[in-house]
Amino acid sequence: MDFIDYYKVLGVGKDATDEDIKKAYRKLARKHHPDLNPNDKEANKKFQQINEANEVLSDPEKRKKYDQYGKDWAHAEAFEKAQQSAGGRGRQGGARGFEGFGEGFEGGYGGGFSGDFNSGEGGFSDFFESLFGRSSGRGGGGRGQFRGQDYQAELEISLADAATTHQRVLTVNGKNIRITIPAGVENGQVIRLKGHGGPGTNGGPDGDLYITFSVTEDPRWTREGSDLHRKMPLDLYTAVLGGEVTVDTLTGKVKLKIKPETQNGTQMRLKGKGFPVYKQEGKYGDLYVTLELKLPTGLTEKEQELFRQLAALKH
Amino acid sequence: MSSEELISAREFCTFHHVELSFIQHLHDAGLVGMTVMDDSFFLPAGELPALEKFIRWHYELAINSEGIEALSHVLQRMEALLDENRVLRNRLRRYERDAPGPAEPAVEL
Repeated sequence: MDFIDYYKVLGVGKDATDEDIKKAYRKLARKHHPDLNPNDKEANKKFQQINEANEVLSDPEKRKKYDQYGKDWAHAEAFEKAQQSAGGRGRQGGARGFEGFGEGFEGGYGGGFSGDFNSGEGGFSDFFESLFGRSSGRGGGGRGQFRGQDYQAELEISLADAATTHQRVLTVNGKNIRITIPAGVENGQVIRLKGHGGPGTNGGPDGDLYITFSVTEDPRWTREGSDLHRKMPLDLYTAVLGGEVTVDTLTGKVKLKIKPETQNGTQMRLKGKGFPVYKQEGKYGDLYVTLELKLPTGLTEKEQELFRQLAALKH
Repeated sequence: MSSEELISAREFCTFHHVELSFIQHLHDAGLVGMTVMDDSFFLPAGELPALEKFIRWHYELAINSEGIEALSHVLQRMEALLDENRVLRNRLRRYERDAPGPAEPAVEL
């Protein structure tokens, strides 16, 4: 756990006034605020640092404590206890004792996810929590009631899973949430779970949880929207004379008629055998099968002779 | 016919400690919907997340109403571009997967 120079984070000097800190915070927050940088983890991380620095430097008590113990954070508690046992010298007047910091705060930007989740916001740093205890404070500093911060998370599912409406149980901040993933969800698509983000401030509503789906590739198919594409090997004799081949689809096997003299690379469309269309029940895309001609290998002497006869017929 | 829950704009303002004029400005800019009934303003419940976001921008980041209007349009445009980018990335992924391997060196005749 390293020391964090909050003055450096906000780009202000140690003698900065409250107004300087407010100005610096606002300037940086406007640049890195998660609302203005959707899906940008770096910006969210930066905003968390700025917010934490502002939380400390905009609060006279926290700032005083930080200035006093900041660099020696690891020994602050021992130092304070030693001061108290030596007759209560040290903190005077209304200042709260070391243990008092962090009281009354829970949640807010803190939290984080377990399981597959990574919070876009994250909590306060270990350094902060070591010095001030768990805290949530919002940048604005005590204005009315506010909705909690939105959280960002990523969930990886297979292509086969994405093809069916199914339920998953996710653990977010120690709470289990059962979510229904609709069939047809796309790679990179984001869904919102209302009220599963950070807790609201002063009784405000909770934020939302945004889940970005990462749909893994499947060696059998490639997907383009709701259409599926796959390659299918075709032997020379079926390509020349015609016949039938069996094709795997998402819902089972189907037979495909091959016309005589089918060329390599011929694409065939199987209507309605593709991927389910997102939130349109019963509607499916198409499956495109590209035929790849495979020439026979390891020919016997007799087969070679027959090919030679065929070639002679053509000339 | 669909019905939507309405929230008194005045109550909302008291709850959030914001001025009604600020919400009216957002409404005039077309950023939030508002209904007038018996000379009182009401906000559809579905508008609250966006409205609370604008309040954060205004009071926490000191962005004025005109700035919120401009930012909101730029963000909408950005989100549309991100969507387009996602679709194109997925399409590209398919072509990259199907791309032929390295070409054989040509032999001069």
